[in-house]
Order: sequence, then C-alpha cells, then structure tokens
Amino acid sequence: MTDTHVAPPKSPAAPPEPNPEGNRALAKAALWLLRGRTLVVLVVLVVIFSAISSEYLTQSNLILMTKHVAINAILAIGVTFVILTGGIDLSVGSIAGLASMVCGGLLFTGLAVPGGHLFFSVAVVILIGIVVGALVGAVNGVLVTRFRVAPFIATLGMLYVARGVAQLISDGGTFPDLAGTPARGNQGFHLIGVDSWLGIPVAVWIMIVVAAAAIVVTTKTPFGRRVYAVGGNERAAVLSGIRVNRIKIAVYVISGACAALAGLLLTSELGAAYPDTATTYELNAIAAAVLGGTALAGGRGTIVGTVMGAFVIGFLSDGLVLIGVSTFWQSVVKGAVIVFAVVTEQAQQRLQSSLSKRTA
Amino acid sequence: MEILEAHHISKNYGGVRALKDVTFTAYRGKVNVLVGENGAGKSTLMKILSGSEQPTSGEILLDGEPVHLGSPRDAQARGIGIIHQELSLFPNLSIAENMFAGRELRRGKRFVDSASQRRRTAEVLKRLGQDLDPNTPVGDLPIGQQQLVEIGRALLEDVRVLIMDEPTSALSNHEVDVLFEVMADLREHDVTVIYISHKLDEFRRIGDWVTVFRDGSLVAHESMSRTDTAWIVREMVGRDPDSLYVRNSSPVGEILLQVRGLTVPGPARPLVDDVSLTVRAGEVVGIYGLMGAGRTELVETLMGMRKAATGEVLIKNQAEPKGTVQARMAAGLALVPEDRQRDGLVQSMSVRDNILLATVGRMTRGGLLDGGAEQRTARSKVGELAIKIPGLAVLVTSLSGGNQQKVVLARALLTEPVVLLLDEPTRGIDVGAKAQIAALMADLAAQGFGVLFISSELAEVIAMADRALVMARGRITAEFSSADVTEEALVTASASDSVLEAGS
Repeated sequence: MTDTHVAPPKSPAAPPEPNPEGNRALAKAALWLLRGRTLVVLVVLVVIFSAISSEYLTQSNLILMTKHVAINAILAIGVTFVILTGGIDLSVGSIAGLASMVCGGLLFTGLAVPGGHLFFSVAVVILIGIVVGALVGAVNGVLVTRFRVAPFIATLGMLYVARGVAQLISDGGTFPDLAGTPARGNQGFHLIGVDSWLGIPVAVWIMIVVAAAAIVVTTKTPFGRRVYAVGGNERAAVLSGIRVNRIKIAVYVISGACAALAGLLLTSELGAAYPDTATTYELNAIAAAVLGGTALAGGRGTIVGTVMGAFVIGFLSDGLVLIGVSTFWQSVVKGAVIVFAVVTEQAQQRLQSSLSKRTA
Repeated sequence: MEILEAHHISKNYGGVRALKDVTFTAYRGKVNVLVGENGAGKSTLMKILSGSEQPTSGEILLDGEPVHLGSPRDAQARGIGIIHQELSLFPNLSIAENMFAGRELRRGKRFVDSASQRRRTAEVLKRLGQDLDPNTPVGDLPIGQQQLVEIGRALLEDVRVLIMDEPTSALSNHEVDVLFEVMADLREHDVTVIYISHKLDEFRRIGDWVTVFRDGSLVAHESMSRTDTAWIVREMVGRDPDSLYVRNSSPVGEILLQVRGLTVPGPARPLVDDVSLTVRAGEVVGIYGLMGAGRTELVETLMGMRKAATGEVLIKNQAEPKGTVQARMAAGLALVPEDRQRDGLVQSMSVRDNILLATVGRMTRGGLLDGGAEQRTARSKVGELAIKIPGLAVLVTSLSGGNQQKVVLARALLTEPVVLLLDEPTRGIDVGAKAQIAALMADLAAQGFGVLFISSELAEVIAMADRALVMARGRITAEFSSADVTEEALVTASASDSVLEAGS
C-alpha cells in the first residue's frame, strides 16, 4: 500500500508559468516609481502650476519659494532624526520661537548685568540661540529616556513650556528692531535671513549645508547607523551594546538645535522677534518628514526624502497662493497630499516585502 | 482514506519555485506529519491548503472533489483550520475574548454574550488540561500557555482538518504531553491533523504518516511505523544523521567565566536565585530547564540586560561590576538571544548592517564609515559561517530562520568575545542548520572560546554539552558531566525544587 504513496510521479510537461520575469520587472519598475514618488509629485506640481500661472516657473519665484522651503526643511531634518529612532518632536515650533526671542532680546535690549546691558556680536548671539535650542532638546531627551515619558507627551509638554518662556522673555511683546548699532558691535543679523550670496539666499545655503551634514551623519557614520537601529529594533540595539539612551538624547538635541537655527532664519527674515514665531511649524516639519517616506514607527527614512517632502509642501503652498486658491482650500489640499503620501508609502512597503520574499 | 489531497501543486514566487509539482495526501482521522528543512516548502503548501495562498498550478481535492480555496475563510467554511507558528493573539485581551475574537457570541444582535464565551472557554481549557480563569489577560500567560490558547481557538470551530505549523516550539514537555493528548482525542473524533514539526523525537510519538520535503519537492511519504529517526533525517538533509551533532573534544583550559551567587529579584520569587557556575576555555556547557526556569533571565543578567541584586561575575578572573551591556561586551561576553525577531534582528536593516551592528564603531576611517571595510568584514563572516544569502544588501527578514540565526551569531562573534552565550540557538531552525550551528559551537570551543548554551531539547544537551546544568525555579538543581548525563536525570532535575549542594 505504501507503494502508491511514495514520491509523486513526474508530470510529463512542465506546468505553465505566467511569465514571472516580466511581472517581476513590472513590479520593480513600480517600486522604483514609488520610492521616488516625492520627486514625482514635486515635478507634477511644478508642471501643473507653471501651466496655470506663467509667474510660477520664474527665477525670482523659484528662489522665493526655496527660501520658504529652507526654514521648514531645516526643522524637518531635525525632526527626522527623532522620528528615525521611533520618537516624535512636537516642540520644534516652540523651540524656534524661544530661540527667536532669546536672540531678539540679546540684540535689542542686551543681557541685563549689574551696571547696564551687555551686548554680544551677531555670531555669538546666533550661537547662544542654537545652544538654547540644543539644551531644550536635551531636556526632551532626558524626559524620554531617564524619566520614560512617551515622546509625544514629553514634547507636547515642551511645546507649551517653551512657548510660554518665549512669551515671558518680553512679557508677550515684540523686539521690533534687530539691526543693532555700531557702538554695540552687533550689526548684521539680517545676513542670514535677508541677504543672498551668488544670487541665492543665505538661508538656502544654510539649508544645503545642514542637509549635507545630515546626509553624511545618517548614512556615513556609526552614529547614523545606530539611530536607524534604535528605531528599527530597540531591544536588538541594546543587545548590540548600543547606548540607546545616549542616541535618543542626541537626536532630540539635534532636533532642538535645528529648530533654533530655523527660528533664527525666520526672525532675521522678518527683522523682528515675535513670541509666536513659528507657531504650529512642528506640524509642517513632521508632514515633510512623512511625505519624504520617514516611517513614524522608526527605523526607515532618509534626509533626502525629508528635504523633498519640504519642497513639495513649500512649492504646493506657494503655488496655491500664486494661483489664488483660498487659504481654506490650501489647507484641504495640503492635508490630502500628506495622507496620500502615507497611502503610497504603505503600497511601497507591501511591494518591497513581497519582492524581497521572492528572492529568499 | 484520503480526505485532503494536493495534486501536482507548484508555487512560484517571482522566479523562485517554492513548490515543485507536489502531490500530497492527508489521511482521514490520522496525524500526518510534515518534516523538512526551513524553506523546503512545507509552510507554503500549508498556506495553499488553508487558503491564504493560491497555487501557481495544480489542484486541491477535498473528499475526492476538486475545491477552490480562495481565502482562509473559504478553507474554514470547509472545515480546514490552521494554527500558525507565530502567535496571533491579543495580549491585552482575556483568554475568552481571544478565543472568540472576530466571531463573538451574541446576545441579541449587538451585544457580546460574555458569560457564554467564558463558559465555552472554560470547557476548552479543561479539555486542554489547563486550570485557568478565562478572564486572565493573555499577556500574563507564559508563552507555552499562550500557544495552547491559540490551539483552543481552533478547537472551538468544527474542524475536519487541523493544520498545526510547529505548535510545540514554545511548549514545555508537560504542555507537549497535553497537546498530544488533545491530538489523540481529535484523531478519535475522526479529525485529520496535519502537523509540521522539527522535533524528531516528538512527532514520532504521535504521527501516523510522515511526509518529507526537501527543496520544494516532496521526497518521501511513508507510514511512521516503517521509518526510524535516521531514515527521516537522511531524507531531510540527504545525508547521514551521525554527522548531525558534532561533539566538542577540545582540551579544557582556564576558567573564562565565573559566576558567584547571582540573584535577580522577581515579582513572586527570584527569577535567578543564587546561581554560581563556571565556564572554561574550550568547554561547551549546556543549561537544560523548562520554560520559566530562569535560564533566559540568567544569560540576560550575565549580558547586562538585567540588573542583578547580588552576586559577582568574573570574566577571565576579572570582576566586571558595572553590569552594563557595553561593559560586559567589552569584558568578553556576547549573547545570541532566544527570540531572534524580538531581540536579535533589526528587521528594517540589511544583512550587512545587522552583522555589523555591534561593531560598526570600528568600521570607520576619519570618523566616517568605511564601506569597503564593512563589506569585507561582513563578507568574511558570511563565508566563515556559511550563511546563505542572495546578497549582503538584502533585508535580513528575507532569510530563512537558520540563516537569520547565523547573522546574529556573526554579529556576536565580531565583538570578539571570550565566552559566547547562546539562548536556544537551534530554536525554529531546520535540521541541517541545527547541525551547522552545533558544529560551529564545537568549533568555537576548539578555538578556545567558552560556550554556554541553553536548550529545551534533551537530545541537544546530551549530544553537545561537555557539562550539563539543570535549572528549575531560578536555581541550578543539578550538574552532569557528558559521561553520566541521561534524559531521565535531566528531566527529573528540571522538575526538582532541591538545590545542588556545593560539591555534590
């Protein structure tokens, strides 16, 4: 009786196969498109808007839009580090506002010391602003690691605290004039937000430098690798001897410093420091990161993607303004684009995992 | 008599043929065992038979009639149920809620009939020999009991064919006995069981038929009584089983790891209770014990992932008092964890990045990662451990279990340990890969490493350990040399509360 059940008979003809190689090539092409979707969306936006308005694709408009992008991109780059570890930073808008008020105060009224006011050079003021941002980030990091507060809660708390402190600095008022005087030796704050170099705004150059540095850090350093590992699987990271808490504190510090820098660029551009500078900017920053393919669960995402995401958001907003769409509709369109991005991200993940399973 | 048949089933994933013209028969009211190395095609066939995958070609017959199983729901409607290898439970919900998840009993149209659910859950638990409150959250149960809950869920349905994909991998011996009683009971009731397992000694006890898969083909199908373990292993790996385990035979050297009075407090009783042990150079030490005996907690504490309340850890005669993962790693310990997916791998990363994760700090030139050095280092480990990969850049999740385990092992070895800790190093991997891991362990001992491994498989401890320790309730209850270790002695000591007296 066993004889009938031993190894199956070979079938005479090979079973028909629905050209698996062709399907695979198609799937790979689709995956390639999905991976580059932020760029695709950007190109589509530019094509649509320049068809509607002849002013869209002019040099001056492109430069203006890119300058708007720069501030959000710098915020988003910092936030990307945090999201890569599986965290979130809701406080970046408030940190930008706080840095703005700290620097505005130092430039306008100076530091109150016994016997008068002390003024610093613009470079020192900018440095102080960035250090303040980094310190606030460090507090976020310590809350998340040592005190085990969920990142959402810790940075939500900081969103209120930092904004409140920003308002306390001037008692809610504005520092209206940041030009400085020769006597105080603090002129030149307009350089970073207003001036251009080689026809391109300094703010854009700063974005390029920050982005380049962030790309190198994320892809070419052990630290970057560890950031991805912490977000990908924290337990495995711990067992690999990675000091997870240090990595987490570091990403919040980076995020805080980037936020402060963005706040200063904005302040310089406006020429005055308001306590509500960059309010709700954290949402634009997170949206840029997500649009660029950063997974909120951590472990996946790129700086290039985030910068692309910032361009999409910036070019979309400015384009809608240019063709005269109401702000209410702008909001609707922006929201829809963000959700659409996540939908395609899911499609990419599915396709990617099915493709990689097939090679196993 | 045939109940479920697969005729000339082939399955292609892209260009890869996972199943090659397989004709398989499951007999009614029998326990049909499927064996084969990982990636041999067993799980793929079971996915097809349970409706979650469609065959590229071939047909499925139920009671001699061709059927189309378009979805798991289709298969369920026809009485084909499956218990997956990975648990699919909700840890935050109670046992009863888990059992009826997605098919809640109703009172009226909209309300859940919790009382009836609890009653029927209690019945099923009784049948499974588990004295548990149906209101217990599943997350509070040890993993073995969780597995039984999963099995209970399948029993609630009227199944005619029950497919079990490695259900015992997390069960203790007692729990396996219970499961086998349940299977025997199902068989009595004319239920057909298809049972995938890696544990040769286990399935021989329960199986009626055995079917062996290799490389996507069905290579043998035989009545269990006509086979022996050697035959099965030969069919699986295509070679002789004597080479399965390689015993370490290197001379024993100096003490590399010495643990004195290590205690880790736990909620009810200490998780690790006054444990002392030594591991010498060139020695393979095995720790046997049941689930929850504190073995994993012991090695996690040694590795610095848990804090010890008291006790000393000396590595190469140097006390290491800091007890952080970094300090223990620097002192020369490395751990290959029990749960690869949870503790071992970064699933979103490539094979290369996973291998280098612990040592990426050394792969730099001028502060930046040196891609060439990374590639060389990873490739040399891949070669050394014979890791089968399509490329270093592929996602680690695309590898088979055995190769994933080797990736974790490669990472551990790159940290240049003196003592290697391995927690269930052969869990969930196929026979061929088991043999390779065993050979690697013996080889490492021969190179002068100390090797301390945990295993729940008696055969493995007996075959591989120069010295076997037994843990129960957080304590070391017995110690045997390879000369006087027996299965009975290990089992007895693993159920014992007595503590090994010094010098006995």
